Amino acid sequence: MIRMTNVSKEYPNGVTAIKNLSVTIDAGEFAYIVGPSGAGKSTFIKMLYHQLKATSGEIEVAGFDLVNMKDREVPYLRRKVGVVFQDFKLLPRLTVFENVAYAMEVIEAEPEVIQKRVLEVLELVGLKAKNDRFPNELSGGEQQRVAVARAIVNYPEVLIADEPTGNLDPETSEGIMDILEAINNKETIVLMATHNRQMVNERTHRVLAIEDGRLVRDEKEGEYGYED
Amino acid sequence: MAMKIRTLKRHLNDSFKSLKRNGWMSVAAVSAVTVTLLLVGVVFAMIFNFNKISNDIENDVHVRVMVERGTTKDQKNQLEKKLKKMASVKKVTYSSRKKELNKVVGSYGQSFKMFTGDDNPLYDVYMVSTTNPNKTIGVAKKAKKLAHVYDATYGGNNAKKLFSVMKNIRKWGLGFAALLLFVAVFLISNTIRITILSRRDEIGIMRLVGATNAYIRWPFLFEGAWTGLLGVIVPVIVIDFGYVWVYNHMALSMASAGYSLLRPGMFLFQLDLTMAILGIVIGALGSVVSMRRFLKI
Repeated sequence: MIRMTNVSKEYPNGVTAIKNLSVTIDAGEFAYIVGPSGAGKSTFIKMLYHQLKATSGEIEVAGFDLVNMKDREVPYLRRKVGVVFQDFKLLPRLTVFENVAYAMEVIEAEPEVIQKRVLEVLELVGLKAKNDRFPNELSGGEQQRVAVARAIVNYPEVLIADEPTGNLDPETSEGIMDILEAINNKETIVLMATHNRQMVNERTHRVLAIEDGRLVRDEKEGEYGYED
Repeated sequence: MAMKIRTLKRHLNDSFKSLKRNGWMSVAAVSAVTVTLLLVGVVFAMIFNFNKISNDIENDVHVRVMVERGTTKDQKNQLEKKLKKMASVKKVTYSSRKKELNKVVGSYGQSFKMFTGDDNPLYDVYMVSTTNPNKTIGVAKKAKKLAHVYDATYGGNNAKKLFSVMKNIRKWGLGFAALLLFVAVFLISNTIRITILSRRDEIGIMRLVGATNAYIRWPFLFEGAWTGLLGVIVPVIVIDFGYVWVYNHMALSMASAGYSLLRPGMFLFQLDLTMAILGIVIGALGSVVSMRRFLKI
């Protein structure tokens, strides 16, 4: 579960990116985060995996109190929160298998467990056959699927996707959405920041609209609602 | 938390790969360690040998009892008996002023030969060795009061002067070595920082997938340690060969003065070991210092 209560975030330069925002997202929910560029979506998302600290308010994610969290606890939060980015963030010198396995190696999982689980998630994202390829040998869509596989390999409670289809063509984007929805069906919260209007309108889920650092709209089966 | 053997192997592998991948940057870091340890090694070798020599002087159990000019043979024999009877005296040997001059000529050169015969400014001497270095001063004082004794000196006179010089050398030498080590840590941390900068994305991804700071730090720590260890090789070779050369060339002249340098075998082993440990520590430390910034939230 994700719970934010009266959260504000002010940057050292005085800009307030998030203003007194409160929201609750329950286990198994799929929510889009929409809003114009510079509205505070990225700040909102970064606070959820403790890349940024809130200036005030309370944040609870997957049982962690992010406001009073000690630095040494952050890695354990990150193991419960998978993150996918627009630019994939894969390690170019590692193969597909190794990129995904990496997330399990850092938590010192047993090699047999890693072997089994990595192939399992690669099958889920449809890349089992390409597990020995390097990222530069893959298409953008395939690289994003590797990133998704890496984000879910440790059974996270929350999957955060920051513009995961931003660099992909519509067809490939549909493929990524299929995977995210499949993950969501396994009770993982999926939180996706996007500018993809068609996607939001066609595959209806909860919509959280952020404008000027405030939550201006929270609809159960919402629409994109912007002309950009 | 104890690290698993598998993880340790992985970190070691990663550190080797990284050292290789960083190529010239690694060479630069290794060179920084090399230069530092070369200087530190020389300073250490000097400090330890000064210590040794000062101990030699301090432990010099000889009192030189100089006999007044014009003392007859009988009087000298009387004096020798008295000296031998004194408490804490182990041995008394006689050395004529002629013999003393020959020693000087042997050590300092033929030009002193002009003082032969009546021009000889030296005294006949009784070399009195004591049972214990602590007794030297007492024996010298007592001997001074005996009849026909011009003066009685002991190594301690020189030691006192030398000790103040030594104290300064030790203080400044150690200060210099500490400064060098500090500079080395700074140089290494800067060099490693550049290699870390090139791997910032990788560190970012490691953090993202939940790697602890300790887990991220280990490969860099090992890399720093290897850098330090590689940097030790040249200083060890240079100092070992250099020291043996100096030892062989100075041993004879030092021995005639009654002192000696530390024997190369054990001393060099200890010095090499110290340098290796210092290399590893400054390498690892440099690495940790430069990592700090990248491990902050």
